[in-house]
Parts: sequence; C-alpha cells; structure tokens
Amino acid sequence: MKQVVQAKLQRYWDLRAAGNFSFGGTGSGLIIAAALAFAVGAPALAVVVAIVLGLGLIGLGLFCVWLEIGRPWRAINVFFHPHTSWMTREALLVPPLMAAGAAAVLFDIRFVFLAALFAAGFLYCQARMLHASRGIPAWCQKETVPLILSTGVAEGIGLYLVIGLVIAAAPPAMIAAALLAAVLREAAREAYRRGVIAAKAPEGTLAWFSLREEKLLTAARYLAIALLALAFAGLVPAALGGLLVVATGWGLKVMLITRAAFMRGHTIQYTPARGRDSSHAVMPS
Amino acid sequence: MTRYVMVADLRRCVGCQACTAACKEANATPPGVQWRRVLDIEVGEYPDVKRVYVPTGCQHCADPPCMHVCPTTATRQRADGIVTIDYDLCIGCAYCAVACPYEARFKVDHPKFAFGEEASVSEQARFDEKKIGVATKCTFCVDRIDSGCAKGLVPGRDPDATPVCVNTCISGALAFGDIEDPDSNVSHLLAENKWFRMHEEAGTAPGFYYLWDKEAP
Ligand code: SF4
Ligand code: SF4
Repeated sequence: MKQVVQAKLQRYWDLRAAGNFSFGGTGSGLIIAAALAFAVGAPALAVVVAIVLGLGLIGLGLFCVWLEIGRPWRAINVFFHPHTSWMTREALLVPPLMAAGAAAVLFDIRFVFLAALFAAGFLYCQARMLHASRGIPAWCQKETVPLILSTGVAEGIGLYLVIGLVIAAAPPAMIAAALLAAVLREAAREAYRRGVIAAKAPEGTLAWFSLREEKLLTAARYLAIALLALAFAGLVPAALGGLLVVATGWGLKVMLITRAAFMRGHTIQYTPARGRDSSHAVMPS
Repeated sequence: MTRYVMVADLRRCVGCQACTAACKEANATPPGVQWRRVLDIEVGEYPDVKRVYVPTGCQHCADPPCMHVCPTTATRQRADGIVTIDYDLCIGCAYCAVACPYEARFKVDHPKFAFGEEASVSEQARFDEKKIGVATKCTFCVDRIDSGCAKGLVPGRDPDATPVCVNTCISGALAFGDIEDPDSNVSHLLAENKWFRMHEEAGTAPGFYYLWDKEAP
C-alpha cells in the first residue's frame, strides 16, 4: 500500500557545511599524506608546504561552518559536549592538530606523524558526524563512514601530488598511494550506493545516483584513476590525476550534503479504523 | 518516575489544525514554524484510498539523537522525559535538526513576521530575540506543566497543566499524561487501543503514540 508523503530535502546545512567536509576532509587528508611522504623520503620543503596547506584548508572549512551557524559569537560553546557529540570531538581535535602541525613546521618535522594522528581523528569525527545524523538516511548509513574517510585520504594524497608539481616531483610511492586511495574511494562509494539502495532510502536520495551531475562526477572519478595509473607508468604528470581526485571528492561531498540529503519523511504503520471500516497495515512504499 | 507522552488517536483527528493554530498562538512562532503540525497523508491506491490526518511534532524521544549530537549541551532531557533547548547556549549549528528523524526542529536566522517586514503590534509585544538563530521545537508546553504542577494540578487532566494543543483539540484526538502512572489517561488509552510509534527503526523510543484501532476484547 502506497503512502503519498514526500520526504523533503534538508535545508539546514548548505554549501557552507559542504565546505567544511570538503576543505576539512582534504586538509586532514593532506596532513596524513604529508606524514606518508615524509616516511617515504620526500623533500622536507614539500612536506612543510603540505602541512601548512592542510592546516589552512582545515581552518577554511571551520570558517565555513562559522559562517553557517546562527550564533557565531558564542561558537566557543561547541566544546561543551565531548561525551557524545562528534561535532564537539571534531572541534576539540583542532587545537592539538594545529599545535602538532606548527611544531612540525617550526621545530621538528617529525611532529608530522603526531599531526597526522590528530588529522585522522579529525577526519573520523567528520565521518561520524554525518553517520550520527539520524534524520537523513543518506548520511546515517553505516557506509558513510568509510566513504568520508576514503575520500578525505584520497583528496589529501591527490593534493600532495599537485604540490609535487610545484615544489619537487612526488616519489613514485606517493603516486601508488594516490592510485590505491582513489580505487579504495571508488569501492567505498559503490558500497555506499548499494547500502542506501538496500536501506530503501527516500526516492530523492536514490535519484542522486542517476543525476546528470553525478554521472559526470563518476566518469571524472574513473578518469582520475586512469590518469593516476598512467602517471605511475610515467606517461602523464601525476598532478593531473591528483587534481581530479580532489575536485571529484569535493563534488561528491557537495552532492551528499546539498542534493542527496532527503529527510526520513513521515510514515504511518496503520491507517485508522473508522466507523465500520477496517484498518490497514501500511507498507511504506 | 514520571514520563510525559502524547497520544494521538488517528480515528478521531479530523485535520482541523486547531492544535496547530493554538500552538502558534501560545508560542508566538514565526511564519513557517509549526511546532505542532498535522500532516495530511494519502494512503493506498485507487480505488482503495484513505486520507489520514497525523498530528506530529517533537516526539520527546526517550533516546533523543538531537541531544546526543548537540555540541553545546543546549539540548537536554529532563527527568520527566521532556527534551528542552537552552536558547542561551545554542549556537544554531542545526546539527540537532539533521539528527531528528521527525523534522521537529526549526531554525530562523532573521526575524520574520506574518504581514511583511514590520511586526504587527501583537508580534512586536511577543517577539523574543533569544529565539533567532537558534534551534526551536515543541516544548510540550513545559512552562504550563511546571506552573500547573506547582499549583498541585495534574498534567493531562487539568487544562492549566496541559499542553495547549491537547486543550484545543476539538475531537479529543490528542491526550497527554504520565505513561508511568498506570491510572493516567494515556496509560488507559494505550492499554485499551492498538498503537504504533513513528520510525521505531530509528531507535529513538519516541514519546508520541498513535492509536489506530480498539484492542481486541
Ligand atoms: S522528535 Fe526530534 S527534536 Fe524531538 S526529541 Fe526526538 S529527535 Fe529530538
Ligand atoms: S542548533 Fe543548538 S540545540 Fe541544535 S545541536 Fe546546535 S547547539 Fe545544539
């Protein structure tokens, strides 16, 4: 039995929130990439630039959120609920992350490993933030967590390859890592797609996968993987594939936050028995 | 222990929206904000189609995701189950709104009035700057409950201690009371009728029950 009640697109979080997930995800991924690059012997200057850029992107993402909240001058209250709020936990990780990043740049580059640890925590909090949003089936899916984690890491390594173009060519190990991360991201995206279909997400969310923009994004993600494979073989500059990984990651998150985020809607399990009429069990369509 | 809940009898609701209007009047909510709503749902396929009116709003969940995600502790739960928002703590991040499975939360970033830019005299008198840029939702008329209880009244039984939507309902479709009290009206209604709660799958244990048929004798 069909119920005519449309689930609505959420309007609480817009591009500014998507900015936090995009810039914050790439920024934290870039700091993880910097640690990886340092471990495989990349030049210190490239590692330092990656750290600074990564911290800057995280700051930019938080600035986007600050622009979105209704009471920005009491934003400090965000720190009050670490017991259960992933938003508080995300915010709490920022000061130590910034401090460890600054220590790596100013004192000892090896602090990059500590910064990467905090960055991974920050990225994990972002993923769990979406997962905890029980009003939005497209987000509270368990597959959202690996999707956000993998896309953040892929974007970070991708951006590192772009830095490599300007500072010093990225070591082959970083190109291989970028390729692996892009493939894992694609696997996570596919698992996510299957998950929301299996969970019978609202029609609007499912329609996301057949939107023209999403099809273009998917094609671009495959192209990024192909470019990274060619770059590994030394046939094209790695930065090309890296840039495309970043752009498609941001596109994915903009779609996820602003286009796929339909609310649960309202459903009833039974219709009321009125007069001599019998009631019906209602199967949500 | 006390646990206040709302019961909506779907057989009785006629979709008149008196509760919606009463709530707007009592709480001076701006245009577009309806803490108490009545959905008009079409169910079935031709020729077997029904129209069902479904009162809804904050369900004062026993395990409220809005409270768990709130980064500021502005959203809290009282011992009697009522979920509250502290407007002085709230930063208006709207995380609670996307965490709520019932579309119960609202956020208005700029003052809005019914007749254009200017507030009418009554709107001006009741305008509350504290509610701008923060999350708001149905409070189960917590102030009425508290002031009523202080006078020895019983919520759900005495109108002065009962949410205005319940008092206003023309058909007796809405009932309010303490589900932990076996003699309360809501306990009787739930014992005598078949009921369901919306989105049980979300695991929020909502405090809003829908009656749909008599319990078999
Ligand atoms: S209905 Fe929504 S706002 Fe109300 S307590 Fe439940 S989750 Fe919170
Ligand atoms: S909008 Fe206010 S009540 Fe809602 S989660 Fe943010 S701080 Fe908490």
